Amino acid sequence: MTSVASLLPKDPAKTVAPIERSPGYWSGVIKRFGKDKLAIAAGILVLLLILMAVFAPLIAPMDPYAGRTIRRLRPVGTTGFPLGTDELGRDMLSRLIYGARYSLMMGVTPVLMAFGVGSLIGIVAGYVGGKTNTVMMRTIDVFYAFPSVLLAVALSGALGAGIQNALVSLTVVFIPPIARVAEAVTTQVRNRDYVEAARASGANGLTIIRVHVLGNVLGPIFVYATGLISVSMILASGLSFLGLGVRPPEPEWGLMLNTLRTAIYNQPLVAALPGVMIFITSISFNVLADGLRNAMDVKV
Amino acid sequence: MLTYLGKRLVYTIPIVIGVSIVCFGLVHIAPGDPLVSVLPPDASEQLKQQMMKAYGFDRPYYEQFLLWCWRALQGDLGTSIATGRAVSSEVLRAVKNTLLLSFVATLLGFFFGLLFGFVAGYFRNSPIDKIASILSVIGVSVPHYWLGMVLVIIFSVQLNWLPPTGAGPGGSSDWQPDWAHFRHLILPAVTMSVIPMGIVARTIRALVADILSQDFVPALRAKGLSEFGIFGHVVKNAAPTALAVMGLQLGYLLGGSILIETVFSWPGTGFLLNAAIFQRDLPLLQGTILVLALFFVLLNLIVDVIQTAIDPRIQRS
Repeated sequence: MTSVASLLPKDPAKTVAPIERSPGYWSGVIKRFGKDKLAIAAGILVLLLILMAVFAPLIAPMDPYAGRTIRRLRPVGTTGFPLGTDELGRDMLSRLIYGARYSLMMGVTPVLMAFGVGSLIGIVAGYVGGKTNTVMMRTIDVFYAFPSVLLAVALSGALGAGIQNALVSLTVVFIPPIARVAEAVTTQVRNRDYVEAARASGANGLTIIRVHVLGNVLGPIFVYATGLISVSMILASGLSFLGLGVRPPEPEWGLMLNTLRTAIYNQPLVAALPGVMIFITSISFNVLADGLRNAMDVKV
Repeated sequence: MLTYLGKRLVYTIPIVIGVSIVCFGLVHIAPGDPLVSVLPPDASEQLKQQMMKAYGFDRPYYEQFLLWCWRALQGDLGTSIATGRAVSSEVLRAVKNTLLLSFVATLLGFFFGLLFGFVAGYFRNSPIDKIASILSVIGVSVPHYWLGMVLVIIFSVQLNWLPPTGAGPGGSSDWQPDWAHFRHLILPAVTMSVIPMGIVARTIRALVADILSQDFVPALRAKGLSEFGIFGHVVKNAAPTALAVMGLQLGYLLGGSILIETVFSWPGTGFLLNAAIFQRDLPLLQGTILVLALFFVLLNLIVDVIQTAIDPRIQRS
């Protein structure tokens, strides 16, 4: 009786494979991203930073605004103040934790807003083409003709210090590069056969944009925009460092770096701490964006 | 080539006009009266009207703009409200210092960027490549104003080797080619060079890897050309892009020097901008930004022209 079982093929390779769906684009993306250990580590760091910002009141051991001059500029490792105190005697650890709120908000918001506005401009210009394209893109080129730091400083310098003005200036800085990428990608997609086919089968412009263009264009633009977050973080903190963004006494890393500049002779380690936070955040976003670009196989 | 040059120049004109409009607009997006920093708060309405007339603020915008452009073309960028001196002379003095700093930083960053980029591109996925890649990611992610502070802490505060601020001994703001002045240049230039280093290394790495994977490389090798000879071909192919990146980076540094100049109290355009912003000296702000932005446009033009001139593959259509 055992002979029947022995007749069955034992080598699984010889069995007929079940019909599998060919793996889709997104499963490929997830697979590629899963192999990129560095990008995963960066993603986890970004997630931790976001959690730190959201739950700052629960994590921070002390009030980030409460200072006492008798305990100003304590070194790293002081009991009760593991990362020391700043020039007004405020707990550095608590201020660095709360600082994630301002710094992340100031760095990410402009890129998000510019992603919205820039994509709109670029997609419309790329889809409509012709004279409209020329007028829109030449206008964008004017803003592109300014070095980014200069444009940000010029706008927020003229508008005056403050969070709102800094956000507006940075958004204006990031619209041109995003619009340019959006326009380039849209122009490519517009000339594809499937768009032609959709047009031939009677779809109107809005349907084509919604179904065929957006789906193929938003991914690459998004990946490009994530690459800008790290620049935006550095620029936003830079504006606050110059006194143009967040204003005292708010805990923002760039501003903290500025107010602690005078302390480099007494407490160099404490003075350098806020910059370490900016650096970690910016490099995490950078590596994460690189990983996304590779995983999504985007070339922009 | 000449027709290309002509077309490129024609294309630049609207950009220059646009840039001027933006700079002109800066004064008018500023909140409050453009005269707010000149007039005492209790100025009479009559005095205000007089001043508005004297500065030309009572005319329509397009007239003001044309007048401003006409004066700018003659080298007159207005008068600084804070110092009472001509904006053009203030900017000229500062631009020299910023140019020096950015130029040295670009050369430094370019040298190391090329070195890392070539090594990484040649030995792809080797440990050297990994290190070079990490260095270039650090280069583009580090907040350079913080790096400047760290360098000051290490080399000025702790080791006491180099001066922390200024462009020369005793607060002198005019640069001279001697050791005392050179010492002041080292820290800001090294700090500034980190950005182009990272970007150049990244670009060159990808470029070299791409060139080496092209068909002509095995062909050259089969022909019996030495590795050094092949290296020559790689350099020749990479040069146009490398030059373009370098030109653009110089432009970015010129415009973006404000943060580093603030850290090191370097008496350049960034320092001037900083002063202009906090004294609400709008003519000075406007003039400095116009000069820097036009510099950037000019640099872009030069880069494009040189790139086309040395790379026959770029179509001059």
